[in-house]
Amino acid sequence: MIKKVSKHIVQNEPLLFEQSSPGKWGYQLPPLDVPPVDAASVLGKENVRAEIEDFPEVSEFEALRHFTRLSTWNYAIDLGLYPLGSCTMKYNPRVNELVARTEGLAWAHPYQPEALAQGCMEVIAALERALEEITGMAAVTLQPAAGAHGEFTGILMMRALLEKRGNARKKILVPDSAHGTNPATATMVGYSVENIKSNSRGMVDLEALERAVTEDVAGLMITNPNTVGVFEENIRKICGLLHDKGALVYMDGANMNALVGVARPGNFGVDVMHLNLHKTFSTPHGGGGPGAGAVAVAEVLKPFLPGPRLKRAGDKWAWNYDLPDSIGRVRAFYGNFGVLVRALAYVMAHGGNGLRQATLDALLNANYLRALLEPYYEIAYKAPSMHECVFSDDRQAKKGVRTGDIAKRLIDYGFHPYTVSFPLIVRGALMIEPTETESKQELDLFADAMISIAQEVDQNPELVKTAPHMTRTPRVDEVRAARQPVVRWKRPQ
Amino acid sequence: MSYPANYQYTKEHEWVLVDGAGGTIGITDHAQHELGDIVFVDLPKVGTTITKGQTFGSVESVKAVSDIYAPVSGEVTEINEALSKAPEKLNEDPHGAAWLIKVKLANASEAKDLLSAADYEKYVGAE
Repeated sequence: MIKKVSKHIVQNEPLLFEQSSPGKWGYQLPPLDVPPVDAASVLGKENVRAEIEDFPEVSEFEALRHFTRLSTWNYAIDLGLYPLGSCTMKYNPRVNELVARTEGLAWAHPYQPEALAQGCMEVIAALERALEEITGMAAVTLQPAAGAHGEFTGILMMRALLEKRGNARKKILVPDSAHGTNPATATMVGYSVENIKSNSRGMVDLEALERAVTEDVAGLMITNPNTVGVFEENIRKICGLLHDKGALVYMDGANMNALVGVARPGNFGVDVMHLNLHKTFSTPHGGGGPGAGAVAVAEVLKPFLPGPRLKRAGDKWAWNYDLPDSIGRVRAFYGNFGVLVRALAYVMAHGGNGLRQATLDALLNANYLRALLEPYYEIAYKAPSMHECVFSDDRQAKKGVRTGDIAKRLIDYGFHPYTVSFPLIVRGALMIEPTETESKQELDLFADAMISIAQEVDQNPELVKTAPHMTRTPRVDEVRAARQPVVRWKRPQ
Repeated sequence: MSYPANYQYTKEHEWVLVDGAGGTIGITDHAQHELGDIVFVDLPKVGTTITKGQTFGSVESVKAVSDIYAPVSGEVTEINEALSKAPEKLNEDPHGAAWLIKVKLANASEAKDLLSAADYEKYVGAE
């Protein structure tokens, strides 16, 4: 039974282009009080247009209503559970927004002299120290703008260290359960990629890894807990295997939500890792970003960190540009500073014990859902789940219903779908991550919806295969949209 | 769909038809079936050198992007241009009209250790 949603009036809304009425202005500007500049003579005639063809002309109120109406068609974390596995769509505490809007932080300019930017520099330093403590690593850079950017930064540093030792080496090993960004990163940094198979428990196959680690291997990129939500229990041994051959270990911190306050990657042998502040540290995620992909390194990689670095000059902060081994800047200025402020607010509001409690609650919520759903859906691996659980659609596939169909039906029940068809090593994966911030009531509603859908699959599979039925747009033809995308509006003739 | 007996196959689900010094490469029916509706095919340029066991392109379906591995080494002499406009052909005729690339073989003996049609069928049956 659908409990979470009911009928509700929703406004129709044409495109702004379709609402356009020639000559309508949103604003009227006052006359110039400075001498006019001839744009063509300054920018060159070829760069100046008198008219932008079909540019929509609407009033401010029309534009405002347009976007407000569109927003009511949307689903958001502020409407309910957003169980996208591996994405960690957690609550963004509102006090973070208040802190980020503090005048001196929100209006800071990156070219402000150091003497007038001490507060901002203190924020950066404090967050670096906090993340060092949380990860057990020696140093942190906050420059990278997102997770994949953090990976790129980390592997560049790894390469710089190996080059300094005399041989950059050729290969990066990546387990077959990894995020696609891992092999992409290795390729971008000029390494070839070798896949390592997972064993029947969803973990890295140690024997396969041992065979693969040669003097050609620069390092391993490993996600822990991995993408099936399982902790790589041999992580120390894995790091040892790599280190014995002079190779390094990169840890993808996408699933750090399962470790904060409980286990420190620096203690189990990781050399370099990134943290997604927009996942683990509650800053806005998705279209509302931007993100931040802080990178933490062990002592051995410290000289290679992107510059500039903060240093103490008497009782003040200063930027140090004298970093001969640094890989250089990876981002303009100092990263997505507004995000860093929010992350620091989150860390400080929780404190060490609070962060640990959040981790334990995330694990409890995921395992609670796993226990409720296991009678109805096939769990992919029997090993204990961490902060997310992964099912396969094996039972439902017998009725011709696949993970994508179940996800679409979930929309009818008022929930955002879980992560569909990832990781690829699980056939028809349903990957569910509730995060720590969901109440038992919301989790029960979600489990009820999933169980109800499992029953529908048994009794009326067609209903699920043709879902969604409650949305303003029925099932869209995703294949046609991908093969023949329409990306530009054209005025009807 | 049956697997042509004159083709040779990889465990990564590519096929190659060796004809003298040349070879035609594609993906198997099993591969297209597992991928689902294919929406984009990324192929190398003519003249590129491909190496056995290394990726030379990718196939994108609604579900995922998958690498294509070279079953043999060689130089790309022709690519199947039709697939850029009509990637769905890969779902319809993976062993025929929807071949991916043709190559000049670097070493004809490389194909010897690939799977026969019967062995490949056994392999995907067990997978």
